[in-house]
Amino acid sequence: MLVIKDLYAKVEGKDILKGINLTVNAGEVHAIMGPNGSGKSTLANVLAGHSNFEVTHGTITFNGKNIFDMSPDVRAKEGLFLSFQYPVEIPGVSMVNFLKTAVNEHRKYRNEKELSAGDFLKLMREKKAMVQIDSQLTNRSVNEGFSGGEKKKNEIFQMAMLEPKLAILDETDSGLDIDALRIVSNGVNMLKTPYNATILVTHYQRLLDYIVPDFVHVLYEGRIVKSAGKELAFELEEKGYDWIKKEQGE
Amino acid sequence: MADVLEKITAIKRISDVFSANRTLIGEGVPEWVNRTRKPALEAFQRMGIPGFRTENYKYTDLTRLFDNENFRRFFKPEDFEINLNEVFSCDVPEFDTHLILVVNGWYDEGGNRNTVYPEGVIVKSLRKAMVENADLVEKYYGNLALSKDDPLTAMNTLFAQDGVFIYIPDNTHITKPLQLINILRSEDDLYVTQRNLIIAGKNSQAKIMFCDHTLMPQQFINNNLTEFEIGEEAVIDIYSIQNQHNKTASLSGLYIRQARGSQLVTNAITLHGGIIRNNLKVLLDGEHASAKICGLALSDKNQHVDNYTNIEHIRPNCQSDQLYKNILDDSSTGGFTGRIHVLPHAVKTAAYQRNNNVLLTNAAKMNTKPQLVIDNDDVKCSHGATVGRINDEALFYLQARGINEKEARLMLMFAFAHEVLAEIKIEKLRDVIDKLVNKRLRGEVSKCHSCAMDCIR
Repeated sequence: MLVIKDLYAKVEGKDILKGINLTVNAGEVHAIMGPNGSGKSTLANVLAGHSNFEVTHGTITFNGKNIFDMSPDVRAKEGLFLSFQYPVEIPGVSMVNFLKTAVNEHRKYRNEKELSAGDFLKLMREKKAMVQIDSQLTNRSVNEGFSGGEKKKNEIFQMAMLEPKLAILDETDSGLDIDALRIVSNGVNMLKTPYNATILVTHYQRLLDYIVPDFVHVLYEGRIVKSAGKELAFELEEKGYDWIKKEQGE
Repeated sequence: MADVLEKITAIKRISDVFSANRTLIGEGVPEWVNRTRKPALEAFQRMGIPGFRTENYKYTDLTRLFDNENFRRFFKPEDFEINLNEVFSCDVPEFDTHLILVVNGWYDEGGNRNTVYPEGVIVKSLRKAMVENADLVEKYYGNLALSKDDPLTAMNTLFAQDGVFIYIPDNTHITKPLQLINILRSEDDLYVTQRNLIIAGKNSQAKIMFCDHTLMPQQFINNNLTEFEIGEEAVIDIYSIQNQHNKTASLSGLYIRQARGSQLVTNAITLHGGIIRNNLKVLLDGEHASAKICGLALSDKNQHVDNYTNIEHIRPNCQSDQLYKNILDDSSTGGFTGRIHVLPHAVKTAAYQRNNNVLLTNAAKMNTKPQLVIDNDDVKCSHGATVGRINDEALFYLQARGINEKEARLMLMFAFAHEVLAEIKIEKLRDVIDKLVNKRLRGEVSKCHSCAMDCIR
């Protein structure tokens, strides 16, 4: 589904990613872990197409297509979803209008008929129940005045509405209390099918108690330095990242 | 030197136009109206055409406009034979208003015949009212808009012949909005003077809309001035929608006095126009009066929109709250000057002001200036001005959900504009204007579908 080959990327002239290789297949859950500043969020943003991040080398294909030929909205419509680490507040844009536009843009892209207002509201009710988001939140402007937890729940709610093929969750667990973490994880688990895939970007093992990964990768200084099964996460939790740094010769 | 010479020419030409048509201009109006013209002429000759050197007009230079102006002026009403029902049918059938039609500054009797107002309400030609309601008009005419203070007021007073007179008696509530439609139409380039006087009695309530339209592609200069007396405890909403083609210069003045406990809302929506200058003066001249003053301007190409507000806190315990927003595209320019003057005894004043602007291109330009003069210590005052671009992070967020860049930008611009539109209290009007603004931002012609007024050319 997703193939990243020898990816290099810069932010504000500084090299952050230095040769990433990663393959994600349908039905898989990958966790990308690593200390602060290792390039985890950069990878997530490069995948989503943020213009602040400049790719200098390498390829990314998504469903066999070159991702660099696609604007961020086309990537989204191809089925890529980024759950933001810091979802931005957008005063004046109502949740309903925002989601209706987004859902219908996806449908148009697939040559499907746009949803009627009634059908859209019905879909929204179903998905709200599924991810247990507070009903009132969808009456407000996008993320405006939402608490940290509400913002993250809102990301998962949007994911439920858009049903992506590949979801990248960037530090979705940060700032969540245990209850919110459980709700968010339940949402992600419920949305999982054999046909889609998830990349969890996190630096704590905590989230992995709720969402069990098939693969764990350690990102360090812009490269994936270790890949293994879920047991790697426990090892990291126990020993921290220092031993990785030592292995890398620091 | 050449610059000075040109100015003298424009002043002389306009003075000559007045002198040559003096008899015609003064015909049919009482002597006390004509007596206001001499001081107006003197004031105009002293101040001249406002330009960059005129402090209050530093963002709007009108000298070039008037240098090239040799437009036709009508000093007698023409018979336009406009059938109001043919020209104007509002898009939303439930949006029912009392229609008042003004053509080229002249009150149109034919268009205004069928409306029935609550008892005691007077809506008529100001020219007629000067004679028939001389007691009321003489008492208030020229009280708030002073020729000596402002060149556009001086020019208006010099040439004033007609416009709309509205009188709302004490304790009278007009539930249907009054919709005053100003139409400009002429085979030649035209200079129009319009003068309105509105008196709202104690404890009265009314909502008044001014809609400015151009019906023909000629160049127009419209000098439009309204004086508005608001009685004690009255509740008045004033909405204006400026939707004229880009060869129109709209120079308008709205001068308001509020008595004790009155509540005012003004909201000026500028969708289209060439050069637009809106002067707004509000005197909070009674305790516990409040004014909410808003404006939204969308400009592109070479349009220019300048809002100048002057809020005078004269009595204690009054509140004013201003919110103005501009979205500027292409090489359009904008100005906002917000003057707040709190007088020495106007204690417990609350005066707020905010001006937010979005520039969509590098060529667009916005000037914004708060001007607070506070002459006592017991006040709450705040002001803020921002000039920025569309928020890139918000744009990326919308794009990352599958919304293309163009649509995402529109959503953000509309969201920015909507804060001002949300202040419109007539729900049907708000919906209509929401749609107009949305269409305007999309670059589509922003008029109601069935309205025959082809404003944008």
